[in-house]
Amino acid sequence: MNKTEEVFNKIADKIIDNKQYLTKLDSAIGDGDHGINMARGFSEVKEEFESAEFDSNSAVVKKVAMTLISNVGGASGPLYGTAFLQASKVMEEDLSLKNAVKIGEAVIEGIKMRGKAEQGDKTMLDAIIPAVNALKEDYEAGVELEEALQDCLEAAEEGKESTIPLVAKKGRASYLGERSKGHQDPGATSSYMIIETIIKEII
Amino acid sequence: MKKKLVNNPDDVVEEMLAGVVAAEPDRYKKLKDQNVLVRADAPVDKVALVSGGGSGHEPTHGGYVGPGMLDAAVAGDVFTSPTPDAVYEAIKAVDSGNGVFLVIKNYTGDVMNFEMAEDMAEADGIETAHVVVNDDVAVEDSTYTSGRRGVAGTIFVHKIAGALAAQGASLQEVKEIAEKVVANVRTKGMALYPCRVPAADESTFSLEENEMELGIGIHGEPGTERTEVKSADEIVNNLVTDVIEDLPFSANDEVAVIVNGMGGTPLMELYIANRKVNEILGAKNIDIYKTFVGEYMTSLEMAGLSVTLLKLDDELKELLDAPTAVDLLK
Repeated sequence: MNKTEEVFNKIADKIIDNKQYLTKLDSAIGDGDHGINMARGFSEVKEEFESAEFDSNSAVVKKVAMTLISNVGGASGPLYGTAFLQASKVMEEDLSLKNAVKIGEAVIEGIKMRGKAEQGDKTMLDAIIPAVNALKEDYEAGVELEEALQDCLEAAEEGKESTIPLVAKKGRASYLGERSKGHQDPGATSSYMIIETIIKEII
Repeated sequence: MKKKLVNNPDDVVEEMLAGVVAAEPDRYKKLKDQNVLVRADAPVDKVALVSGGGSGHEPTHGGYVGPGMLDAAVAGDVFTSPTPDAVYEAIKAVDSGNGVFLVIKNYTGDVMNFEMAEDMAEADGIETAHVVVNDDVAVEDSTYTSGRRGVAGTIFVHKIAGALAAQGASLQEVKEIAEKVVANVRTKGMALYPCRVPAADESTFSLEENEMELGIGIHGEPGTERTEVKSADEIVNNLVTDVIEDLPFSANDEVAVIVNGMGGTPLMELYIANRKVNEILGAKNIDIYKTFVGEYMTSLEMAGLSVTLLKLDDELKELLDAPTAVDLLK
């Protein structure tokens, strides 16, 4: 198993361990299935890894994308699937801060294209966009990779928490209007968990 | 052990479909490896209709598969949109070369997954078109929301577009009639008790004994307003008034009505509600052409109801009355 497979295995464990927590967050403002759907998709990812052989990191990420598209359903399946598919297209075999920024930008573009959401709509983008912005700023300032990843993680966490007071404008939470305030967005939370796991595995 | 008639919660959809096919083997076939119910005689030489969405809304969607209505129904997991692969397999199974029309309810996930399936089908040279149903007046329709949800009014799209397709209409004509139904149909729902998805430990929202939720959707998501429980007449008055004002429906309009139970509502209460719907419409001189009372689009065991009105003209009346093998809409 290569390093990228290991990272995604850890992500899968994290999501599966948090199945009930994510579902609870989703019950408050959505339809209470986010954890269930994500856990189903990532269980399938783990299973795929057992039989598949990969010749590159991007092949691993592409496999994750296709597995999520085919198994998650709901809104999370196409959104995370598209995000990882876009990432696999620009991913280089050797990790660099420059490439991490490029991957982050491809992820954002993919999610925006598929979900037609913007930052501040109380979605997964509220965790991802600040995280990618932090990477970009550090790259431009010439910060070392490890420190940049630390900043990225902090920005993702703040971004996730920033969804609490927001009114949802996309997805099923948007039906609640003002009543969606005061709850942390489940999509931003699962995105944070994925970013957190990737970064902790790299550092 | 959770108090539900299920085995492994992960298997509910597959086990349900197996039961459906076992009950009516002449009517349905299930696609291998996909949770898709297809007309037993598919593909039929006409524009094919495919709908689908999360499960938990029975008899939606499988209950509307049959001559005169849908050719295939794609069943996602409970309250979860099906994947693009499943929708794509349904499209392939029913396409006769005349094109495939998709009836999509307006949910972020459904729209994304169905559109991805259309992209896949088009890459295969299968012509597709779709309509997005958004009849729920409880949600504000603006660019700052995901727009209105598709709820029980979708049944009229299945019936009317299905009838036109059965008459040999083109894909474009089927799309136009479906859009006409969407433009003229409105629904509002409410809940007395929430529902619990089989895989979850808790209900999707909670209501005190003296509370009810107005403006609910069909996925156990909370509604737009929570109030004290009112009488049947007051509840129906709230729903019907909002539906009428939205289109708006006016005197001398002819309408078709669905009084839809959400899954846990006694038929007795649905008829009590329909009595009041009839009275309100009568007082406003809105003519009732046809009424359907029963369970058409449910939300598991949620108790409550929705009221749907469709404004009719001669064309829509004829298609609503057209023959179908689907008992629910006869």
